[in-house]
Amino acid sequence: MMINGKQEFTITAYTENHVGLLHRITVVFTKRKINIESLTTSESERDGIHRFTIAVTETEETVSKVVKQIEKQIEVLKADFYKKNEVVQQELALYKIPTKSLTNGIEVERIVRKHNARFLTIEKKFVVIEKAGFRRETKALFDELIPFGIHEFVRSGRIAVAREEFGIGQDVKQLLETTAY
Amino acid sequence: MNGAEAIVQILLNEDVDLIFGYPGGAIMPVYDALYDQQEHIQHVLARHEQGAIHAAQGYAKASGKPGVCLATSGPGATNLITGIADAQIDSAPLVCITGQVGSTLLGSDAFQETDIISISMPVTKWNYQVTDAREIPSALAKAFYIAKSGRPGPVLIDITKDAQFQELDFEYEHCESLRSYTPEISPNPEAIEEAAILINEAQRPFILFGQGVILANAEAEFKTLIEKTGIPAAWTLLGLSALETDHPLNVGMLGMHGNYGPNLLTNECDVLIAIGMRFDDRVTGNLDNYATQAKVIHLDIDPSEINKNVKAHIPILGDVKVTLPLLLDKVKLNNHLEWLQRFHDCARIEQEKVIAAELYPSGDVLSMGEVVRIVNEYTNGDAIIVTDVGQHQMIACRYSKFSQSKSNITSGGLGTMGFGLPAAIGAKLGAPERTVIAIVGDGGLQMTIQELATIYQTKAKVKILLLNNEFLGMVRQWQQLFFDKRYSSTEMINPDFQTIAKGYQIPAKKVTRRADLEKAIIDFLDYDGAYFLEVMVGKENNVFPMVPSGAGIAEIRLE
Ligand SMILES: Cc1ncc(C[n+]2csc(CCOP(=O)(O)OP(=O)(O)O)c2C)c(N)n1
Repeated sequence: MMINGKQEFTITAYTENHVGLLHRITVVFTKRKINIESLTTSESERDGIHRFTIAVTETEETVSKVVKQIEKQIEVLKADFYKKNEVVQQELALYKIPTKSLTNGIEVERIVRKHNARFLTIEKKFVVIEKAGFRRETKALFDELIPFGIHEFVRSGRIAVAREEFGIGQDVKQLLETTAY
Repeated sequence: MNGAEAIVQILLNEDVDLIFGYPGGAIMPVYDALYDQQEHIQHVLARHEQGAIHAAQGYAKASGKPGVCLATSGPGATNLITGIADAQIDSAPLVCITGQVGSTLLGSDAFQETDIISISMPVTKWNYQVTDAREIPSALAKAFYIAKSGRPGPVLIDITKDAQFQELDFEYEHCESLRSYTPEISPNPEAIEEAAILINEAQRPFILFGQGVILANAEAEFKTLIEKTGIPAAWTLLGLSALETDHPLNVGMLGMHGNYGPNLLTNECDVLIAIGMRFDDRVTGNLDNYATQAKVIHLDIDPSEINKNVKAHIPILGDVKVTLPLLLDKVKLNNHLEWLQRFHDCARIEQEKVIAAELYPSGDVLSMGEVVRIVNEYTNGDAIIVTDVGQHQMIACRYSKFSQSKSNITSGGLGTMGFGLPAAIGAKLGAPERTVIAIVGDGGLQMTIQELATIYQTKAKVKILLLNNEFLGMVRQWQQLFFDKRYSSTEMINPDFQTIAKGYQIPAKKVTRRADLEKAIIDFLDYDGAYFLEVMVGKENNVFPMVPSGAGIAEIRLE
């Protein structure tokens, strides 16, 4: 979906694991007043190499410029961006609701099953439900759980891999094989 | 050896023989280590860290070597920021070393603690905090490598005081590559092929050149290219002096106060070849009507500059030292005399409407242009001209003559008032055999006037030429033209600069009448040492031509 030429993009960057790099990368966005919808850093498939996954809604032109600026940072090995249909993506949500809502019938269990979610833990006073999915899916479950009282809700940032055999991970592999540290 | 001694040892290893700085608590161990190496490393004590860093910038620009700057933590470090931002936007190689509070105190709001890593992050090419002496060699090796390579820029290394005291086994290796950083890009032969075809077929090709030519030391390659193809070439503020002023294909300056022809004809050329320049908004004016008719070939070392402001039909990534010769091989011997004549026609119009009156004013009031004209007559274009920011900067850049490269030093991208005087000190120390003239305004001079003491102490033979209009001239000009002449806070009641110069033991002279001007300039240039020449110029003179901000370049105004 495009609004004002803006659409959802996922930016992926492979980086060295360096204190301060997160700041350096976010500066690229703040300098242009671009809102980061979510940002996830994690290890990548390569030893010692980190991976940033950044979700933004922007025009393609802006995103391509931002990605060049990210790649320009000294400790970034490679960066690229993908449209929605070019990635396989996921988010994870946790919902905390009172345990007593379970004792009042099977409604919650039915909802959880319907949404392909699961109980992560059932404590005396509260239960935690986990659901992986797209934004609208985790939101749909949220809406259905509202009547039972949601004590806490959290959704992770987007994680995504390229919808192709090899993403830029392949370029990174090559880079690491051909250049010394 | 301790960390501080290692730092000094590394400076020696990197062939640094001159540094700029200002001491303070958190950097004292380094100053102590410098004490033992005074014969090998000269430390220039500025009078403010901003002065130190602008001097380091001037040194870098004049010598082509990285400028090194030392400061203490907290206020020392924050005082560097303006210069770091200036160096970042103008691609000056700098290595800044700041002291930091002890590592155990980090984050405790200790005395003179500031998070300089976070503060400097958006304005450095790279920065790093060292908390362990054993990291000093690798961090500084990277710092020098990153500052100098690719598109140069400032780096900052923040070193905690305990790391400066800590003992280490010293070993040093220059850094020559980093796996996450690719400053050299191999040229794409197809792009060069396509560009050559476009250039060979062009009827009205036009070259814009920037500082990239100078940073790559590619002045000769550049000149050969324009001479072979016969293409007229115009410069950005920072590209100035890459091609001698009198070259027949040098058609002048681009941008807001640039020459008439280069601006007007940018919108008439069929192929626009941008070499080592970044289409700054002061060059392009409103992008919606900038060269929309032209096919654009863009040569640059920085991939993020391609398509940033102006879409390149053919991008040629890489160091122009490498790409220009490849292009040269493929382009035809050619000329474009009729097209070149168009530039000459525009130059004649500009001469009649603007330049003649600026260089040879008819009334009694002295103009900045005539001062620069007479300076030219006696320097023959061999001097390094360092300017501050404002009307005098535009006049100096428009009218100074240059016969060799690396001769124009100015704050372009940031437009930092206060840059001129300290940058001139650095330039003189970086190119001692050359005449260095700081052309400054009365506003900007007072932003870093304390550096006159640095001149006094170092005996740097800097020529200071103050063009005094008793106004913040450039802002006043805008107020006159765009704010109904409402001169809000731009008139200046100034001190007696003559007395001030004398206080710093710098010979000084003030000129108010044309009859005294030429003689004063001769004395100024002939004097063997620093000299302060103040010329009272028209209070309400304006710089023309001018592209009003927000307008397209073709809307350039001659009056
Ligand atoms: C640090 C800083 N503050 C403010 C400005 C805005 N500014 C640009 S030109 C100018 C006037 C400069 O006056 P002066 O130094 O007297 O030079 P002139 O224009 O009169 O030649 C000002 C205030 C600036 N460029 N830099």
